[in-house]
Amino acid sequence: MAVKDYIRKRFFPHIWCPGCGHGIVLNNLLRAIEKLKLKKNEIVMTSGIGCSSRISGYVDFHTLHTIHGRALCFATGVKMNRPELKLIVPMGDGDALAIGGNHFIHAARRNIDITAIIMNNRIYGMTGGQFSPLSGYGTKGTTAPFMNIDHGFDVVELSKAAGATFVARTSTYHVKQMVDILADAIDHKGFSVVEIMSQCPTYFGRKNKLGGATDMMTFYKDHTTPVGSKEKKANPELIERGIFVHEDLPEYCNEYDKVIEMAKASLK
Amino acid sequence: MGKPELKELRINRDWCKGCGICVHFCPKEVLDLDQEDKAVPVKPDQCICCMMCEMRCPDLAIDVILK
Ligand SMILES: Cc1ncc(C[n+]2csc(CCOP(=O)(O)OP(=O)(O)O)c2C)c(N)n1
Ligand code: SF4
Ligand code: SF4
Ligand code: SF4
Repeated sequence: MAVKDYIRKRFFPHIWCPGCGHGIVLNNLLRAIEKLKLKKNEIVMTSGIGCSSRISGYVDFHTLHTIHGRALCFATGVKMNRPELKLIVPMGDGDALAIGGNHFIHAARRNIDITAIIMNNRIYGMTGGQFSPLSGYGTKGTTAPFMNIDHGFDVVELSKAAGATFVARTSTYHVKQMVDILADAIDHKGFSVVEIMSQCPTYFGRKNKLGGATDMMTFYKDHTTPVGSKEKKANPELIERGIFVHEDLPEYCNEYDKVIEMAKASLK
Repeated sequence: MGKPELKELRINRDWCKGCGICVHFCPKEVLDLDQEDKAVPVKPDQCICCMMCEMRCPDLAIDVILK
């Protein structure tokens, strides 16, 4: 199926600003789904609130546009009832790791078969540029006009520690890698986390004087390196991208089926 | 199968927002923005069909159509 057959064309042009990285995530998520030859009917996308979360309105799958920080809860409910469906949950960094942080770590800990995509623009885009738990020390936002003194999470380390069985990072510059990683993540049976560095030129870019969308993408090109590369040792400031964790562990819905069988057996 | 050959660089002017990402990252300077800030192919004969503009467009506004 062609990529454009997976979207709701009637809602285009979409609402995102010119050059917003979230559109590039949408573009290449569709390509990953096309690569896996999935049917629209096999996919459920749940999302919360944020510019990023608007993505669920544009895809022609089963979609639930829910409440801020709780997209993974809705996804868990759907998955427990219909484990044969593919659950994809795109979230902003605020949606996933500020208000939704608790849901995020517990979904990871359970290893439920859901693909979480963190569209990390390091700011609250939708509400006007407040700093997020991913902004990082020394950055600026509308709520940190001098400087942000909160340290940021490292999404990869957090996801690993919480128990996710697939953990990866890429950026909107690295589109071929994005397609491959998203396809692997969706294919993985367990909780997958894909962090995608995604530019918000309107707020993060402007507040931090990082230039426009192309400058921010050039930064992703110049300041990242494949995981385990020699460059990282020489320059620890580089951000690693690629697949960090990919392991098979018992999946939550399968384990729950076992409990149902045990309960049935106990009644005999 | 030989090298992919370009049939058409189709740009959806209703969806293009003129961000310039396709223009900036094209390895062959095939694209430019016109007076209305819409992407246009200015040197289509130089296109190597790498698909990068199509994949990096945030607005799904470019199709690289092969022969
Ligand atoms: C319960 C609740 N609290 C706060 C808000 C206000 N709010 C809407 S979106 C948002 C954050 C958006 O940031 P992020 O998730 O990083 O997504 P982005 O817009 O940057 O893509 C907030 C705080 C809300 N809608 N609901
Ligand atoms: S405010 Fe930022 S995140 Fe929201 S659409 Fe604009 S560029 Fe994208
Ligand atoms: S990348 Fe897309 S939206 Fe941006 S200028 Fe090119 S065609 Fe237009
Ligand atoms: S396919 Fe590649 S060479 Fe051709 S216009 Fe697009 S980016 Fe340029």
